[in-house]
Amino acid sequence: MKKVYQKLGLLFALVVMVMSLGACSNSSSKKNVLADDKKSNTITWGVKADTKLFGLMDVKDNQIKGFEVDLAKAMTKQILGKDGKARFLQVTSQTRMPLLRNGNIDAIMATMTITPEREKQVDFTRSYFDAGQAILVKQNSKVKSVKSLNKKGAVILGVVGSNSVQNIKKFASKAKVLQLTDYSQALTALKSGQGDALTTDNGILYGMSVENPGYVVRGGAFTKEPYGIAVDQGQTGLKNAMNKALTKVEKSGQYNKLIYKWFGHVKGFDLKEAYRQ
Amino acid sequence: MISIFQNYGGLLLQGFGQTLICSIIALFFALVIGSGFAILEVMPNKLIHGLAKAYIELFRNIPLLVITMFFYVVIPMYIAKISGFAAGTIGLTLYSSAFIAETVRSGIQSVDPGQMEGARANGLSFWQAMRYIVLPQAFKYVLPPLGNQFINLIKNSSVLAFVAGMDLMYQGNVIASDSLRSMATYLCIGLLYLIITLPLSYYMRYLEKKLAA
Repeated sequence: MKKVYQKLGLLFALVVMVMSLGACSNSSSKKNVLADDKKSNTITWGVKADTKLFGLMDVKDNQIKGFEVDLAKAMTKQILGKDGKARFLQVTSQTRMPLLRNGNIDAIMATMTITPEREKQVDFTRSYFDAGQAILVKQNSKVKSVKSLNKKGAVILGVVGSNSVQNIKKFASKAKVLQLTDYSQALTALKSGQGDALTTDNGILYGMSVENPGYVVRGGAFTKEPYGIAVDQGQTGLKNAMNKALTKVEKSGQYNKLIYKWFGHVKGFDLKEAYRQ
Repeated sequence: MISIFQNYGGLLLQGFGQTLICSIIALFFALVIGSGFAILEVMPNKLIHGLAKAYIELFRNIPLLVITMFFYVVIPMYIAKISGFAAGTIGLTLYSSAFIAETVRSGIQSVDPGQMEGARANGLSFWQAMRYIVLPQAFKYVLPPLGNQFINLIKNSSVLAFVAGMDLMYQGNVIASDSLRSMATYLCIGLLYLIITLPLSYYMRYLEKKLAA
């Protein structure tokens, strides 16, 4: 009899666990994020901290710095006023969606491409940066473009959860794709010869080639990747406020200043294409 | 959760297989290497004892992830090209072998020294006495902690995800980011790990009871 109770107890514990997990997944979706943010005078942004030029942790002062961080600060001031505070939380491609849905962050600005699948899960603003997928290779590599990777034995490195690992299968279907946890890991793997090329959006790759002179972006962009700011589904107020703020930042010329600040010195980057009126 | 199994069954199965293979390989070699170093550590020769101790302390006190990254990044740069799966399995084996060595050593030392002395007095060599008299008793003592180490090893195999070892955790990350349903995915992954660890845990308990009788 004792054994039966033990087993029942175990089963009960399991059921409670599963149910509590299920419960917390959809508890936070009903509130109005924009109103809450105005009350606390703070917007919490999920940004990348491993991506040079967009969002990178500066180890000297423990601040995340980059184009997205600066743009988020400018937009926060547009939405909340001059004293509005922007709080930044580090996210990865994998953690950004769960963190947004459970309310840890109000919006994602983390090199996130607007795709139809993602639009089923979150609401996007209009694009704030137009990237395109490309490949990064060693300077002396024989790989000329993504086409030369479309063969058996080729290994392409990417980051798990990024849109580019899905896309690359269309352009180099015969190659093996390894998905690493973040960009610095993927770059380390490329350097140690675990793959022939690293693929992701060109903006990110340019940042890597700035830091690592032996590596170059080859063959140009082969897809269009418009980056959007993601908010939780149903937060239409916040979405509209963000779209408005983005327009204001663009019109005031602040946007172009930020583009110049972060991409002005990058070799091969077309500033004119990125500028907005 | 069911839809995750339906849509990504192939990936989950592949990950499950890789985790199982990695665990079995690592378990076997960790047990062999660990027992070897345990015996070396209790040998009277000071130099051998010192070397065995150094090995155990080295791998016991470095995080598994660091060992694995070392094999994934540093070894291919200078010595030989090895895949993420191999790097992860080697790292897991060395890391676990240190813990198993410590466990087995405590077992050997808990066997009454009179057993060894008696065996030697009857004409057995050190290795014979070890093999036939001391080790069988030692393993009986350490079966429960050894079972713990085995379960830890299987769970630690999730380190393969960090070096693209295609294991269960890696596929979990891939599925979670593709389906955008992290909660259900990781619940599935947890369930699949249970399928490996629970039977092992029960088997170890059964073995314990059987040997105790």
